[in-house]
Amino acid sequence: MNALGRFWSRARQSRAVLFCGGLLVGLVVVAMLGPFLSPHNYLQTDFNNILSAPSLTDGHPFGTDDLGRDLFVRTLLGVQVTILVALVASAVSLVIGVFYGAVAGLTGGRVDAIMMRFVDTLYALPFIFLVILLMVAFERNFFLIFVAIGAVNWLDMARIVRGQTLSLREREFVQAAQLSGVSFVRIILRHIAPNLVGVVIVYLTLTIPQAILVESFLSFLGLGIQEPQTSLGALVDAGVNHMEGASWMLLIPAALLALILLCFNFLGDALRDVFDARQSR
Amino acid sequence: MSLLEIDRLNIRYGEQVAVADLSFAVETGESVGLVGESGSGKSQTALAILGLLPRSATISGAIRLAGRDILGASEKVLDEVRARRVAMVFQDPMQALNPYLQIGQALCQILSTHGLASGAAVRARVIEMLRRVGLADAERQFRAYPHQLSGGMRQRVMIASALLGEPELLVADEPTTALDVTVQAQILELLEEVRDNTALLLITHDLGIVAGRCERMLVLERGRLVEEGLTTSVFSEPKHRHTQTLIAAAPRLDRGAMLAPVEAENILEIHDAEVSYAERGHGQLKAVQQLSVAVRAGETVAIVGESGSGKSSLVRAALGLVPLRAGQVVFCGAALANTVQSRAAAVRSDLQLVFQDPVGSLNPQMQVHAIVAEPLRVHAPGLSRAEQVDAILDKVGLDDSFLTRYPHELSGGQAQRVAIARALIMQPRVLICDEAVAALDGSVRKQILELLRDVQRETGLAILFITHDLAVVRAISHRVLVMYLGRLVELAASEALFTRARHPYTQALLRAVPVPDPTAAGGYASLSGEPPSIISPPGGCAFHPRCVHAKNICTTTRPSTRVVDDVTVACHRADELLQPH
Repeated sequence: MNALGRFWSRARQSRAVLFCGGLLVGLVVVAMLGPFLSPHNYLQTDFNNILSAPSLTDGHPFGTDDLGRDLFVRTLLGVQVTILVALVASAVSLVIGVFYGAVAGLTGGRVDAIMMRFVDTLYALPFIFLVILLMVAFERNFFLIFVAIGAVNWLDMARIVRGQTLSLREREFVQAAQLSGVSFVRIILRHIAPNLVGVVIVYLTLTIPQAILVESFLSFLGLGIQEPQTSLGALVDAGVNHMEGASWMLLIPAALLALILLCFNFLGDALRDVFDARQSR
Repeated sequence: MSLLEIDRLNIRYGEQVAVADLSFAVETGESVGLVGESGSGKSQTALAILGLLPRSATISGAIRLAGRDILGASEKVLDEVRARRVAMVFQDPMQALNPYLQIGQALCQILSTHGLASGAAVRARVIEMLRRVGLADAERQFRAYPHQLSGGMRQRVMIASALLGEPELLVADEPTTALDVTVQAQILELLEEVRDNTALLLITHDLGIVAGRCERMLVLERGRLVEEGLTTSVFSEPKHRHTQTLIAAAPRLDRGAMLAPVEAENILEIHDAEVSYAERGHGQLKAVQQLSVAVRAGETVAIVGESGSGKSSLVRAALGLVPLRAGQVVFCGAALANTVQSRAAAVRSDLQLVFQDPVGSLNPQMQVHAIVAEPLRVHAPGLSRAEQVDAILDKVGLDDSFLTRYPHELSGGQAQRVAIARALIMQPRVLICDEAVAALDGSVRKQILELLRDVQRETGLAILFITHDLAVVRAISHRVLVMYLGRLVELAASEALFTRARHPYTQALLRAVPVPDPTAAGGYASLSGEPPSIISPPGGCAFHPRCVHAKNICTTTRPSTRVVDDVTVACHRADELLQPH
């Protein structure tokens, strides 16, 4: 907790972190509360307003789609789902990746070699292709999407954590702890883990946009979230079909998707700067 | 008109003042020493002269080169200045040389880029210059990459590249700090030899170097010039308080009382130690071979030798951080297990280590009180620790305000005190210091050495002190172990070693140490060449290729260690060669 607290107190001083972080938090709040403020819900079809352009007067600020559903509510739902998928998938990759990487780095030797070769082997598999096969073979569902994205992302995390652990293990303060008789478990908890926090947080903020992209990609292919549920990727897919004549169906979710991706990427970069500055001090 | 005139130079980084109101001049052909502790602004001044300061620096004042102000000049002008008029030699030649270029190519590039020579003349000039800086086989070494050369050779190449443009001023920023003392003497001698009429601005923290090599000297303290004058007069009558402190803090090899031997039981014994590492493609790298040494209660044994001599491997094996391949470590009469993990906690806490890099040896995520208390937590869980932590911090000279600080909020000296407090809190019987003061400034170094001395007097602590600095050895140790390529060369009481060194290697080491006194001799190269590779050491006596006294037997038979007049020495000619130093 201590390490996290110190990281946060540094991060808070960076304007880029505050701006991007604030924007994302604001977006999530709007996405959560917005649907309650609208008179429509994401299922309701409004037959008087099919494919109507965005306007404030008829209560459809983002317009409607080809079934007359309110795009304001659907887009906010898409943001919710997209961010949820990204967070859960990143959490999955965080847990597996950190655990796997730390064990490999700390044990070292042959165990490390075998564990990392396993990672290399997984890298070589065409995962998207496998996921597509899985989705075709079984039913499409939420769970499969998490598995698919988490399975791709934890590999990078494991590699990064392992490398960091390897270098930490050789640091002099770890040797000093060994000489004082500190136990293996305590060395991990007190000396290795806290020094990993910065790197892991930074890398996590870069994993989230990757997860979002993969989810959007799957949804765009029609393999992701199932109707009537939706995500930004699925909305963009629908928008492409009505690109001529109903450009808002494409432009609004695409712009939001780009905004979210940019925010996470900038946040990751800014956090990395914060972390580097601390390292060199 | 002076060659270089610095007029009220100010360098700031935001609020932080690096150099304040600095004015001085360098005349054609003279050598000037610029001395100061870390953070005194010496390097900043050098970078300013070459126009290499980062953009975040705010600079004012004037830097005039032969009357022309080059501060704030265009890159084009500065390029011209750097190519032909002012050259620089950096501390770390590995960082300053392009690893992807053969050294010959790199040097040729300098000549052709600046139009200093063309066609076949380029190569000829470069080879001639390489010869001048002492690369004997210049034709072949022309094609060497930087990593294939030793540190000393790389620094020679740097000097060659600096002199190619026949500059009027050579700025050398700590040119020998990264080198062994014998190589340092060679490089300093080379600088003197090759510079002809080039003026030299030598930046260093080592007063010994300035005393032997510079006509004039300048002393900086926190960015301000506090003293300036002829080297001889500054040393004989330092006026400013800071200069006096610096000179007093510089340990001297040629004077000062030496500690008398301690009569006590051996507390830690190392018998016939062998340490080796598996080296990919090279088989075994034998870092330590057949080495025995013991340390008594209340005694300090210094371990000296050039880099690669196996000093660190020896003590790490004693601590169990690297395994012994053969031999034994005996503590208080009982043999110790080979690795630290398999040793009993009580024994572990009796042997403690202080590292060279004080900040790196402290966990950046922990506060000082937690760092110092950690050993207690392991050995006596549940007890109240705060009092003990307070007491030990008080002993190492840190007050309560340090308790909640993090390592990055400490200076080097403070961090080293914390590391010492952590090592001492379990009241160990043996403390091992691995270059523990090498990274510290002179005055701080002196305080830390005094602290260790006090603790030793109070508690009868035995200290194994690794260092490359013989002047420090003289001030603190009772006995000295000299190592060369992993083997014992000489083991003697300080008094015997510093007055009647028996081994030619010890004698050469002693002569190579610069003495901070312009009237005393010292710091000259009496050893040619550099330590051979430990992967394939020479046959016979490993030292024979560099030894001036080597005979036939030295090239064929390894000398055994034997005791002559209480001195353990490994040399065939130890009896004949005893010469008063």
